[in-house]
Amino acid sequence: MTSAAATSDSAAERSLGRTFLVLWLAISAVATPLVAVFVGRLIPPGNGSEQATSQVFDNQVLMAVSTPIFVFVVLFIVFAAFAFSNRTGEVVEGAPLRGNMRIQVLWMVVTTATVLFMAVFGTIELVGDGAGGGQGPTAAFVPSGSKDALDVQVIGQQWEFTYRYPSAGGVETPRLELPANTLVRFHVTSLDAVHSFWAYELGVKADANPGTDNVVYVRTKGPLTIHVRCAELCGLWHGYMFDTGAVVPKAAFATWLQRQRTMYGPVMRYLPKYAPSYVPDPQLRAG
Amino acid sequence: MSVRRLIGFNLLTAIVLGIVGYYVGWFIGHHIDAESIEYFADTDQNDISVLLGYALGVVGFLAGLGFLNYPFARMRGYPPSLREKETEGATRYLGLCTDHKVVGMQYLCGIGLFFFIGGLNAMLIRFELLRPSMQAFPAGQYLTLVGLHGTMMMGIMTSGILGPFANYVVPLMIGARRMAFPRIEALTFWLLMAAGAILTTAIFFGGFPTGWTGYQPLNDQANAGMDAYLMFFTLVGISMCLLGVNMIATIVTMRAPGLTWSRLPIFCWGVLATAILMVLAAPVLAAVLSMAMLDRTAQTSFFLPSNGGSPYLYENLFWVFGHPEVYILAIPGFAIVLELLPVFARKPLWGYRMAVSGLLGVSVLSFFVWQHHLFVSGISSDLRPFYMFSTELISLPTGLTFLCGLMTLWRGQIRYTVPMLFCLAWFFNFLIGGLSGVFLSDVPSDTTTHGSFFSMAHFHYTIMGGLVFTFFAAIYYWVPKMTGFELNERLGKIHFWSMFLAFNSTFMPLFAIGFLDQPRRAVTYRSSLQFLNDWASVSAFVLGASMLLFLGNFIYSLVFARIPADPNPWASRSLEWQLPSPVPVHNFDRIPVISGDPYDYGQPARPAAVPAPAGGTT
Amino acid sequence: MTTTARKLLGVGLGIAVAGVLIGLYIANYLVGNTPSFRATPVAAKQREVSLTIQTVAAVGPQLAPNHPDWVSYLVRRQNGSWERSTVYTVPANALVHVTIYNFDGASGLRNPFLGQPRGLVGREVVDGKPVTVMPPDQPSHTFAIPQLGVLVPVAPVGDDAKNQCGYAPCSMSMAHRTVTFTFRTGKKGHYRWQCFVPCAAGFEYGFGGAMQTVGYMDGYINVV
Repeated sequence: MTSAAATSDSAAERSLGRTFLVLWLAISAVATPLVAVFVGRLIPPGNGSEQATSQVFDNQVLMAVSTPIFVFVVLFIVFAAFAFSNRTGEVVEGAPLRGNMRIQVLWMVVTTATVLFMAVFGTIELVGDGAGGGQGPTAAFVPSGSKDALDVQVIGQQWEFTYRYPSAGGVETPRLELPANTLVRFHVTSLDAVHSFWAYELGVKADANPGTDNVVYVRTKGPLTIHVRCAELCGLWHGYMFDTGAVVPKAAFATWLQRQRTMYGPVMRYLPKYAPSYVPDPQLRAG
Repeated sequence: MSVRRLIGFNLLTAIVLGIVGYYVGWFIGHHIDAESIEYFADTDQNDISVLLGYALGVVGFLAGLGFLNYPFARMRGYPPSLREKETEGATRYLGLCTDHKVVGMQYLCGIGLFFFIGGLNAMLIRFELLRPSMQAFPAGQYLTLVGLHGTMMMGIMTSGILGPFANYVVPLMIGARRMAFPRIEALTFWLLMAAGAILTTAIFFGGFPTGWTGYQPLNDQANAGMDAYLMFFTLVGISMCLLGVNMIATIVTMRAPGLTWSRLPIFCWGVLATAILMVLAAPVLAAVLSMAMLDRTAQTSFFLPSNGGSPYLYENLFWVFGHPEVYILAIPGFAIVLELLPVFARKPLWGYRMAVSGLLGVSVLSFFVWQHHLFVSGISSDLRPFYMFSTELISLPTGLTFLCGLMTLWRGQIRYTVPMLFCLAWFFNFLIGGLSGVFLSDVPSDTTTHGSFFSMAHFHYTIMGGLVFTFFAAIYYWVPKMTGFELNERLGKIHFWSMFLAFNSTFMPLFAIGFLDQPRRAVTYRSSLQFLNDWASVSAFVLGASMLLFLGNFIYSLVFARIPADPNPWASRSLEWQLPSPVPVHNFDRIPVISGDPYDYGQPARPAAVPAPAGGTT
Repeated sequence: MTTTARKLLGVGLGIAVAGVLIGLYIANYLVGNTPSFRATPVAAKQREVSLTIQTVAAVGPQLAPNHPDWVSYLVRRQNGSWERSTVYTVPANALVHVTIYNFDGASGLRNPFLGQPRGLVGREVVDGKPVTVMPPDQPSHTFAIPQLGVLVPVAPVGDDAKNQCGYAPCSMSMAHRTVTFTFRTGKKGHYRWQCFVPCAAGFEYGFGGAMQTVGYMDGYINVV
């Protein structure tokens, strides 16, 4: 290759590269805010709790970061299809490029910065209040005001969730109700297989392991209906292990709890003392 | 065919001895533990009997194939030989053969068979999900379908590229006449086939309810179908480990003179990176499932909280294997893409060293991320930021792969052949898979997406979009060399476009379904999600049809049309294409001496390492 | 015969064999479906049906050749014979009067909370006496439809009772308890019902085998 050809070659290359970069930046600059604002906000779980709201924000940021990356790769393929196609049917050799240190270093710097940003951002979002995920018996990330949190125990069993309220004498109910605008501390445990307590609108998910107290913090907002599903394969009726609950105003919650104590009063004397987890006596029952 | 020819060490003997072995084990098992009142009728409860049956069945199967002949002959003082390799003719494909090219073809067909069974399960799953609660299958049978689909695909497709293609082309690429351990090579294949057959028998033992992860204690509650799962994955683990050892030994020790590390084709680097993962991760799988077997039979209680065990132990050990496993599935896909792009863009691989470090980086990092599967399990909650960081870190080496791949297209002369289309589709699919993975690696976002259809769509994008698409790229690319016949290009293009569109149309809605509260493996869903589910189901049926189209193309091209392929139809400069098609039994008459790297496209061709036979285009 | 014809024949045969195998494979998944049993309408009453079921400790080789020692529910046909079906069809917004004859002993509950009947119209009645709550070591089984909020613990046959039923079918002269209750079906839909008592012998937590198989201790309620 002559040096003159090489010069014009690299000039052509630079101009192609500039065209691509300009296209990418332009499309990203338009697409990123649109995606973040319009699509990102649509991404559930909604505003059922503070944790859910911060998850929506989290999803919005991740969508915003993903958009330029998505545009880059897809645009590159489309750009290559327009600029570098060979439809002659003959084998024609391409440019013998084997790498470019500047591009390589730049790519490493940009991707590293993106990754570091996402890790730091995710960590900040997580450490504030635990982000609605199960944290095990000793929660590492506790929101403020946790001393006054309302304890609610979630007991997974094959195949139904039941709920205990230690603040109301340990009454157990088959339905989940929570007071509005309250910090709630769920204690999720199981009596048999591994389940996962997924209170969708609250943005809460925590595995229910036998003999383990899995703590989740969530601060409820206004009244709403909650859909509870099991999110970990737990056997035959895993797909049917769902129910609905509600977040209700504080006064209504107190009345509801009182009613539960009356309704399930007869069985209270047989319930074990409230504990973080239970090891039921008939471990291996013979029929 | 005379009856005499059926007697001897062949597949028929192997099947007969396998069945005999099963019943011997079954009989012994019932004498160790016969708790059933109906000795012959009760198939679901005697785990010892079923597991012993499987174990002895595998021994009988391998003995019937002739795997014991050589060790016994050596013990009796006969000299070492590779007699199994010397046969010619079609029957060598039906038995123990140590020719790496025969094993490659066997892998392709064997894996294809189980791939289609797994796919059939997927069709049945999507059928059941046509309505919010359909009851086409009883709940337990649905879980078995889900479990069989996942286990079959994860277990068998682990060897999806290393089995057929690495076995076939790595010795050719590095200028060797065989793999380092030819008998072990054949063993890995027949172990995998035995494993697949065992897994299929799960349906006779009540199926299993756990999905492919087999979480305890549900694992221990399950019917004897669970034993099929445990034995299957244990055998797959052994097969994977041996396959990895063989690949590492071959690539490290058997390279032709002049094939330095910096001249090694990128596909071999990908195979090496995968093989390292296989060797390190697969033993964990075999160990954890053996422990689960002991829990089910010998009441050891490793994982049973009722007797002091821990389900967390199972989850940790399983994912210590399980996360490297998904990269065992993904890295060969990277390698195929990076190997094929230079051929069809007519350019050297851009940033070779960077691509190599990307592949090796993924394989190293993949051992440090497993707890992101357990973010909400309540295990080590203060380590979550670390696992979030290490998981997101994997996007660095993956990003290098993307950069090298994309830049290889830059100013190329791209030919849109069928394999190239599949490689380009990989960029799109794996991009979506990777970006959705960012949501799952981020703890706050993972709280909603974990265990939902979102994560299911994510790993289908990475594994189906990453592995299966490149699996087909490899088929369209190398089968002309392997068989000597062309695959029909027009049908191939129809297959590609129907598969690509149907695949995206199937799995894109599943992201939304997952975000909108549909858990994985659940047989019911909110009635408001029916439209999206129906959309996904119908697309999935189209996807299934596109697979049948491929099968039709395969049979049509290889059985009916039989157009002899050019020895080098893609004008590739890689060593395997310089050989005649099909490749002669001993590959190379003289071991070639390598004098340059395999990616010197963009310049006039240098003389090939091996004189190209007549008809070669290079 | 030309080569092409022979190839076509070969491929055709291959497709036929594959088709048969696929058919058998799919059929294998369907066999677990027990036939749906339509609840008997109560004479002269709109929107009231009755269902008579029994629970047996071992279902016996006659009704379940593969699992003769599994515990199971059975349902009574109109002609009085007992059938192993756990898929029941009932009308929407109707009262369902259920009678359970229990021939099985006590197993006890893992969660004592499930010993209190709930979601019924009226009370659960055992051998003529109403039940408020059953102590956790008592229940032999439960009949529960969690999505309808229905839960009924089933009282056990005492260990010392004479003339215990070994294998189904059991005769009514054998020791048994009679449980009756009524629940209201809601809107149309598919619900599941199950037993909450860990009554499957030999499985971890007593929750394997019959407890995880439709047709034994689990079934569907189809409200149409």
